[in-house]
Amino acid sequence: MTGLWVAIIVTAVGCYLLKVAGLSVPQRVLAHPLAAEVAALIPVALLAALVAVQVLGDGPSLTVDARVLGLGAAVVLLLLRAPFLLVVFGAAAVAALARLAG
Amino acid sequence: MSASPDQPDRQVVVDSLGVGLATGAYGVSFGAVATASGLDVWQACALSLLVFTGASQFAFVGVVAAGGAPLAGTATALLLGSRNLFYGLAMAPRLRVRGWRRLAAAQVVIDESTAMGLGQHDHRQSRLAFHLTGWTVFVLWNLMTLVGAAAGTALGDPRTYGLDAAVGAAPVAPAQRVATTPRGPRRRRDGDRAGAPDGGGGAGHRRRGRGGRRRAAAPA
Repeated sequence: MTGLWVAIIVTAVGCYLLKVAGLSVPQRVLAHPLAAEVAALIPVALLAALVAVQVLGDGPSLTVDARVLGLGAAVVLLLLRAPFLLVVFGAAAVAALARLAG
Repeated sequence: MSASPDQPDRQVVVDSLGVGLATGAYGVSFGAVATASGLDVWQACALSLLVFTGASQFAFVGVVAAGGAPLAGTATALLLGSRNLFYGLAMAPRLRVRGWRRLAAAQVVIDESTAMGLGQHDHRQSRLAFHLTGWTVFVLWNLMTLVGAAAGTALGDPRTYGLDAAVGAAPVAPAQRVATTPRGPRRRRDGDRAGAPDGGGGAGHRRRGRGGRRRAAAPA
């Protein structure tokens, strides 16, 4: 169990340092238009990847299940300019109903 | 959700709380998975409190559950956690936090807070959305981790309620907003001087300052 605690602490310290590092890059560096543009767009790519993994991921493999219907509902609600809460919980409701039905 | 630059603060608050609630509630799933993977309740809670970046936490317990060396779990978690570095890069010009405020804000640099923060047109609302989303997730995620870890599977699978789909879909809207937000070096530099001094805490964000509400100017 001690090994587990050591790993937890190392993970915590490492993950925290990564977060601090990003906030600590000097503003001069980001003042460059290209750097600013890249810094602004990388998160979009990462978030898109995150959505894909969270919606399609199933352990080490990919799968299509009720989450895809939830995502579809979110996109439709988004296009209809629905409030954010409705988008998020709409996705949950559709996925839950699909599972109930399936 | 409006894409208007003049989005009222109330809308930002409602959106942020919505994302915060949905994501935070999913902490119950992490708690349950962690204990099912062989961690005790304290270890599950320590991960949520100290690591606090969902994908890394799930990856860590996944490796442990699969019988891997715990430090292999650490390596996987750090790899996934490296995206928070880029999130910090993108948020830094908007947050402009120093000292202890930077150290505190760093802990809530996660997917949801970044997505909500970057999705706002002016920097003051960026800070409001970032902090409100981040800390709402932090409090709920930790609370629900404890609940999930303590209750184990007694609560039933959170997927029954579609929570996993909500978490998956939550970053879509802000990501879309970021992608379609006009950008430009001019706006980045002089975004909102009036809001600058209150980088961190909650109360300062609510300060009304018409002058600080400079709208997102068209790119120069």
